[in-house]
Amino acid sequence: MARKLPKKDVVIIGLGWTGAIIGNELTDHGLDVVAIERGPWRDTATSFNIGYAPDELRYAVRIDLFQRPAQSTVTFRNNDSQTALPVRQFGSFIPGNGVGGAGIHWNGVTWRFNPTDFRLRSHLTERYGADFIPAELSIQDWGITYDELEPYYDRFEYLAGISGKAGNLNGVVQDGGNPFEGPRKRDYPLPPMQMTYAPTLFAEAARSLGYHPFPQPSANLSRPYTNPLGVRMGQCTYCGFCERFGCANYSKASAQTTVLPVLMRKSNFEARTECEVLKINLDASGKHATGVSYVDSSGDEWEQPGDIVLVCAFAFNNVQMLLHSRIGQPYDPSTRQGTIGRNYAYQTTSGLELFFDDKIFNPFISSGALAQVVDDFNGDAFDHSKLGFVGGAGINTGPTNGRPIQTRPTPAGTPRWGAKWKQATKQSYLRTFSLGSQGSSYAAYANHLDLDPTYKDRFGRPLMRMTFDFPDNDIRMSNYVTDRMEDIAKALKPREYVVARRTKPYSTVPYQSTHNTGGAIMGADPKTSAVNKYLQSWDVSNVFVIGASAFPQNAGYNPTGTVGALAFLAADAIITQYLKAPGPLVPA
Amino acid sequence: MVDGRGITRRRLLASTAILAISGYGSHTRARTYRGGALPWEPNDTTPPIPVRPGPWLYFTADEAAAVEAIVDRLIPPDESGPGGKDAGCAVFIDRQLAGAFGDARALYMRPPFMAGTPSQGFQSSIMPKERYRVSLAALDDYCKATFAGKSFAALAATQQDQVLTGLEKDDIKLKDGSGKDFFETILANAMEGFFADPIYGGNRDMAGWKLVGFPGARYDYRDHVGKHNQPYPLPPVSILGRSAWSVPR
Repeated sequence: MARKLPKKDVVIIGLGWTGAIIGNELTDHGLDVVAIERGPWRDTATSFNIGYAPDELRYAVRIDLFQRPAQSTVTFRNNDSQTALPVRQFGSFIPGNGVGGAGIHWNGVTWRFNPTDFRLRSHLTERYGADFIPAELSIQDWGITYDELEPYYDRFEYLAGISGKAGNLNGVVQDGGNPFEGPRKRDYPLPPMQMTYAPTLFAEAARSLGYHPFPQPSANLSRPYTNPLGVRMGQCTYCGFCERFGCANYSKASAQTTVLPVLMRKSNFEARTECEVLKINLDASGKHATGVSYVDSSGDEWEQPGDIVLVCAFAFNNVQMLLHSRIGQPYDPSTRQGTIGRNYAYQTTSGLELFFDDKIFNPFISSGALAQVVDDFNGDAFDHSKLGFVGGAGINTGPTNGRPIQTRPTPAGTPRWGAKWKQATKQSYLRTFSLGSQGSSYAAYANHLDLDPTYKDRFGRPLMRMTFDFPDNDIRMSNYVTDRMEDIAKALKPREYVVARRTKPYSTVPYQSTHNTGGAIMGADPKTSAVNKYLQSWDVSNVFVIGASAFPQNAGYNPTGTVGALAFLAADAIITQYLKAPGPLVPA
Repeated sequence: MVDGRGITRRRLLASTAILAISGYGSHTRARTYRGGALPWEPNDTTPPIPVRPGPWLYFTADEAAAVEAIVDRLIPPDESGPGGKDAGCAVFIDRQLAGAFGDARALYMRPPFMAGTPSQGFQSSIMPKERYRVSLAALDDYCKATFAGKSFAALAATQQDQVLTGLEKDDIKLKDGSGKDFFETILANAMEGFFADPIYGGNRDMAGWKLVGFPGARYDYRDHVGKHNQPYPLPPVSILGRSAWSVPR
């Protein structure tokens, strides 16, 4: 039998970016908060120790900081006609684990989504007509506007010390920034990172074609920084061990480097690690959460009562928690009814490698977010009316690393082993760089999350089942933007180049992106969304679900900037509205 | 209670024990961090354990001979530097198989096991160390039957390449049903061994890093960021340091 613990004001499931941010806001307001975290405690000096942090095998290949499939995984199929099988080792995406979550080992690319992204269906209907939107797509509006979210983007960027150049200040386009971005009230807290050779050449080539390159906004800090909480961070040293690694240098923004040093010193906060929440408990009405049940690593089961439950795990783990807790109606693709598991989306990427004879790029001098980007073909920055698709992609050169187990390009036609492989690898390693396109992933009626009928986790709970393939719309989009990327590649005049286009079917094997979104989406209508514009469950009003799970579809950008903004938005709604009058903040 | 079944203490302990073994030390017990102070503890670190030279930990002598021969064809010695054998790739694989990787301890290994589509990825119930044992035995049988009683290690280099090419292209099926699976596994592990930090037993004398020009476990390139198109001047360094750091005795 579970033992019952004293009640807390707030129970947070998962202590990553969102849990730490909201925990800090709510404890500032005097609430008694406990965070329950499935993985271990992690701290910079101990867990990302500089003496052994630059270890590609351990962290990038054996993915030591990540969720282990033995803990939990998902099952996968491309469509409803297949039998889903478990993802036995992570490939295409790799969720985080432990204090800090996936915010420990991200690259640090920190975008705002475009104003049109938040009103996607309305905007496209207004510009092109309702019939222009492909019938396979279930894209929706967010129920919130860019202007409403702008102050919260600002708070996240200043918390994290984002290094970049504004492209639009209060409606005035700024030289050197992204002219297509939404208006921001003030510039980034830090200037852009120093550029290495490859992104510098990319920007010159893009500019020569009339495009608008700008430095990518980065959570790898260009300068030392003290954030509004008084936490100090260091300057990035361009070591090239960002994604899949913890930063040993206090120069990549994470919960550890921005929030936890303040949060952990508060007497009204408590973190319990190696404790996995099994489900959110509901009262007899099914409309009110009473707290959570969890198991610690000794196998003891505990009940933690609380007035408010915040679901702050990784995107699809949030969805799984709702399904296991029987909150909301599971989505059924055959009827298109239900909300939990609806509009699962991803990221549509493509790549291009350029090989030179006479240039040295030193790929190891790099950081996760150091890049030049053009947004001329992202979102709805360009006219789609004659193109036959919606959405777009950013095109970038962002050399994130030169770690040679995983980064050792060779030209087309090179064998994968033997003498010719060895010669080509030696010749190419320093003299190659890549272009990438990171495109929108628009939700489709057929793509969804639900519970698997066969496979179970270590607690005997059903694994979550992912049903996903790239919509044809997104493949057309990706091919169009990849053609534009090829134009830039030609302007760079390499000896040769190799294009890797995105094709169907989606595969869980090669790494693509850990930008898994949707499944508990926000919106204005409880029939088509799981949470309202404040991330509050339509079904159980003292449960808030925060993360990329709330994205109705994914834009052509990395999600963390928007996830951070949503965390501040939810915290603000709880403090200024919910605590004064607990109950639904939006009438259903 | 989950799905009407109680979670017994023993069942849970069994499952958390799986997670405890990552090959590195780590926190494995539930802890409560009460607010009021940072829960930082000195020396609470989990450094890697350096591989030591010595006898094979997992391979038999025959297996080791075959693996050394294979990695030396995958990464052949030439004028640019040593091949897979002298770089320690077989030692690396041996130590990896003897540890957490060999047992697939981090992976989801619950049944039922079924063949899937390529998009569904790895679906084998066979752990890496079993894959090597069974496939190396089958490879030995294949070579002896095909090449007049000779094992793989005894073949001429061109014959060895023929066999490896046949496995890679799925033209040679081994009697355990593997072939291409095994080839892909040993190719990936050989490359890991050649390019991983030398602390794991491969990449001896940083041969892999010297081949391509990777400076290794360095942590600060700020003085070279703006030096576009200029070679980086410093030699590679391992987590263990480099030989120039050692004072000859």
